[in-house]
Amino acid sequence: MGNKGRRSLHAIWPSALLVLILLAAWQLSVDSGLVPEWQLPSPITIVKEMAEVWPRLMDNASATVSLALIGFAGGALAGFALAAILHLIPIVRKAVYPLLVVTQNVPVIAIGPILTIWLGYGVLPKLILVWIVCFFPVSVAMLNGFKDTDPTLRNYMQMIGAGKWQLFMRLELPNAVTHLFSGLKIAASYAVLSAVVAEWLGADKGLGHYMILSSKGYEPARVFASVVLIVLLSLALYGLVALVEKLVIRWRPVKGEVRS
Amino acid sequence: MSTSALELKDIYKSFDSGSKQVLDGLSFTVAENEFVSIIGPSGSGKTTLFQLIGGLEKPTSGEVWISGKPTTGSRGHIAYMPQQASLMPWRSVAANIELALQVAGVERKASGIAAREWLDRIGLLEYADSYPHVLSGGMQQRVSFLRALLSPQPLMLLDEPFGALDALTRQQMQRWLMEIWEQNKRSVLLVTHSIEEALLLSDRIMVLSSAPAVLLEEIEVPFARPRSPQLWKEPLFNELKQQIQDLLQ
Repeated sequence: MGNKGRRSLHAIWPSALLVLILLAAWQLSVDSGLVPEWQLPSPITIVKEMAEVWPRLMDNASATVSLALIGFAGGALAGFALAAILHLIPIVRKAVYPLLVVTQNVPVIAIGPILTIWLGYGVLPKLILVWIVCFFPVSVAMLNGFKDTDPTLRNYMQMIGAGKWQLFMRLELPNAVTHLFSGLKIAASYAVLSAVVAEWLGADKGLGHYMILSSKGYEPARVFASVVLIVLLSLALYGLVALVEKLVIRWRPVKGEVRS
Repeated sequence: MSTSALELKDIYKSFDSGSKQVLDGLSFTVAENEFVSIIGPSGSGKTTLFQLIGGLEKPTSGEVWISGKPTTGSRGHIAYMPQQASLMPWRSVAANIELALQVAGVERKASGIAAREWLDRIGLLEYADSYPHVLSGGMQQRVSFLRALLSPQPLMLLDEPFGALDALTRQQMQRWLMEIWEQNKRSVLLVTHSIEEALLLSDRIMVLSSAPAVLLEEIEVPFARPRSPQLWKEPLFNELKQQIQDLLQ
């Protein structure tokens, strides 16, 4: 464990050093008057501001987090279910799959106002927005996972008499678990982002709402403080999914390699 | 006379609406607890033949009978050992064996007990809970054979089971399989490219021609069981080997 920790430290120190250099350059350029503080607050100012408005930030963050989490879970679940249905009923797949791709090309920012017209300013339209964003990567990844089974394993299962359902439960579904997690990771990195966008469109709480408020009130440090928090939340959700993946997929011999 | 484990009745198979003839009137039987090998040049339709017996394909004409019942085009009547071990990488060794038994309709509990008991017998119990990728190629094939042996279907199809192994492992595996089979007889149909392997293991050898495949010769292998791994030293062994080689020319 300690050895592993040291090794990962070894792997990240170049980028950690770069981040430190960039932060220092940023701080210096603001301190030296190169960039005015009202345009770009320095890192130290942002941290101070964060500490000052911490309770309000947390209050708003909790709204964003629950929106992102519920949207992520709902979207992932729907994506999974849709993928299973499309896979098991080929005619439905043929009919729905092209539409699925088309829906993904409708910009989220355009769906938002429509959802607001239909459903008002409550939680539901925001939730639907996050949900739409999250379900697509999961369903596409799962669909690929179901199809991308080892033909020798498939032949084996058919030779010993496995039916369609057994083939799905014993081969296609477990095979798709790795794909599921790559879909979940993409969805996780979109979830917080889309929750913030949803809050821009009209909310009385949440980091998106707080950002708009701070921006209108000429409080650049607060805008930056919310940005920092949004990035951290997004990373945390991604990290959580990656952690669960590690716990679930223990059979993989080497990263990227499925069979030895 | 008891019913045959497998009976092929005049099997024809062609693809691309008749333009590609693969099997041309193939008929033979595998008796109960008999070990039969099929040997033939590459592309002699052995894969197609197995797909037909397994019920994945239907013959253009002819019938497949297993244990005295017509099974043409229906699945689930055979135990199967493919060339690649085909163990599910996400299932432990024991769970892989259990899977094969459960697909064949064995109860969950019974399949778990059987898997562990037999893994112990072949000296792989310590790997029961390991994932397949930690096993060597030879060990994976032992598990794959065990999985087929424990399946309740009376007929086992072995599809070039040692084709992917190195020569030394291959010899060890042949002896190992022979020993286990002689103590636990089952009806076996083996496809192989190796004449020695066929002679060492089988009671009868079917020599096929290349596409379209017809039965060139049926050879009785008269050596008594249990057989010695030193069988290749006997003059008769080499005579038969020469005979098969000539047929395959």
